[in-house]
Amino acid sequence: MAQETTTADTQSDGPDIHNLMASQVIGIHEQTFGQKFWYVLRRWPVVPIAILVAMLLAAVFAPLLSPTGPRDINLRGRAAPPFWNQEWYDDNPKNEQRYLLGADHVGRDVLTRMLYGARISLMVAIISLTAGVVVGSAVGLVAGYYGGFIDEFSMRTVDVWNALPFLLIAILAAVTFGQSVSIVMILLALIAWAGGVRNVRAEVLTLKTRDYIALARISGASDFRIIMRHILPGVVNTIVVLATLRVGGLILAEASLSFLGAGIPAATPTWGNMISEGREWLSTAWWIAVFPGIAILLVVMSVNFFGDWLRDRWDPKLRQL
Amino acid sequence: MRKYLIQRFFFGVLSLVAATLIVFVLSRAQGDPLLLYAKPGGYGVSPEQIAALEAKLALDRPLMVQYLIWLGRIVRGDMGETLLSERAVSDVIGEKLGATMQLGLLAWLFATFVGVPLGVLSAVKRGSVWDYIGRAFALFGQAAPVFFLGIIGILLFAVQLGWLPAGLRPVQDPFWPSQAKALVMPTIALGWLPAAVYLRLTRSAMLEVLDSEYVKLARAKGASGRAVIWRHALRNALIPPITVSALVLVGFLEGSVVVEAVFAWPGIGRMAVESIHNNDFPLLTGVILMFAVLYVVGSFIADIAYTIVDPRIRYD
Repeated sequence: MAQETTTADTQSDGPDIHNLMASQVIGIHEQTFGQKFWYVLRRWPVVPIAILVAMLLAAVFAPLLSPTGPRDINLRGRAAPPFWNQEWYDDNPKNEQRYLLGADHVGRDVLTRMLYGARISLMVAIISLTAGVVVGSAVGLVAGYYGGFIDEFSMRTVDVWNALPFLLIAILAAVTFGQSVSIVMILLALIAWAGGVRNVRAEVLTLKTRDYIALARISGASDFRIIMRHILPGVVNTIVVLATLRVGGLILAEASLSFLGAGIPAATPTWGNMISEGREWLSTAWWIAVFPGIAILLVVMSVNFFGDWLRDRWDPKLRQL
Repeated sequence: MRKYLIQRFFFGVLSLVAATLIVFVLSRAQGDPLLLYAKPGGYGVSPEQIAALEAKLALDRPLMVQYLIWLGRIVRGDMGETLLSERAVSDVIGEKLGATMQLGLLAWLFATFVGVPLGVLSAVKRGSVWDYIGRAFALFGQAAPVFFLGIIGILLFAVQLGWLPAGLRPVQDPFWPSQAKALVMPTIALGWLPAAVYLRLTRSAMLEVLDSEYVKLARAKGASGRAVIWRHALRNALIPPITVSALVLVGFLEGSVVVEAVFAWPGIGRMAVESIHNNDFPLLTGVILMFAVLYVVGSFIADIAYTIVDPRIRYD
């Protein structure tokens, strides 16, 4: 606030003795553009948000952006390197296409597959996260609000649940039921729900002793109404922060499952599948595996960074997570 | 305290039952395990032999009865035989356990001795270059998929530079430096994420503790800077990292499945994935049981350690 007023004043005409003194007294100096730039960059997660928005747009508009189809093969462009390798393109004049990030072992464009992969990976993460968070929050709300046996039962279930070796169970389920996108989403939702229950419950426990809850009850509000209208708004911050901090883990889990051959069916381009396939061609065509890996890295990093920032602003109590 | 421990034990056992039951049901839904021996058409296995096998494995009984039979054997310390090699499950697991434990232990050492000191450093020198290095290390470790770290490592250090082997522990090679070399990349791939977790927890706990009254008192009475940081502050700042150690342990088990696949490591994780694909349910159930036991025991130890490092905590 103070900064804005002083900068506005000093802009009037040259060095003004009043403003000079005022700004010196409160220890504020005129910020250069560079300083302002860094200030904004440090205070707001500009870069992570930009990356995430770009990825989301890329996923949504994948068919418009990509030069080829995700399954279009071009045997002349087998293992074509990224665009900067002029030598290769000179040596293979029969290949008419130029690949921005190279092509894989059957000449499918890596960039195109990454764009389509973003669709699957982000969709799976978002849907399973939503399902998991809704269930987890509901359990936390109910357990915290009603207490007693319900509370005890749900908390113990969460304990038992957390002790299950999910990666192996997920592989087993994929082998049993066959690989499909919906199986992966169900599995990830099953992993996700138990994560935040405890925090939500703890929050509810403190909220429900507040006077306004007692007043709501006296005025005849039903339990459901109290939970939805009076308690939920108080824990929504916690829920959103926990969910944001969880997205990265889900994207990684999906990629790991796909990598182990137990996730999304291999024909579908996802980032995990691409790395898994590209692994075999690592020594001759590193770009097949490396670019999707960088995409995962960037997205998860951005989401985590954004989650940290959100937590520090909205719910600093969760700092230990 | 005793009541808490008994309760804890009870729910630990419940976790084990839940985990193994899920595996039992899922693996049975996968298909007839006898197909491992013979396709329905025959291949020289007579119906009588199939029937005998079915009876031997108790596959003709209802699923719950089968589970109870398995449970009864487990209680007596008998994990049964694997279907594929017809050897005792405990022997097969025992053979592979060493390689995984070796990796897990090294990764844990890496995580602790990189994560905790870097966390202290970035808290003490907050805002300095060290702080930025530490935070970048943590951000990267939490975002990079374990298998991608492994692949990049192989690409750089095995394919391009040729410094380290791309995996496959050279068991037949008695010369130890090559053994040690093969361990470097898997250890870092597996240990980076927990190192990042330790770093973040240590850093935030240190920042909090360094601001507390008793640290100010220690400084005021003239203790040296180093003593304040390492003796007074770190001791309390270690509580959060210790509490997540159980989760770190689970992370190793799950991570070992991926890391062993990347580096062709002859350990439990790879064996578990193979047993799933072979529908070798006695072996798979045994491995899952072991994973769950390790987790339950690990979190139990973490709880106890918690009360030792922080005597204010009482489980009543």
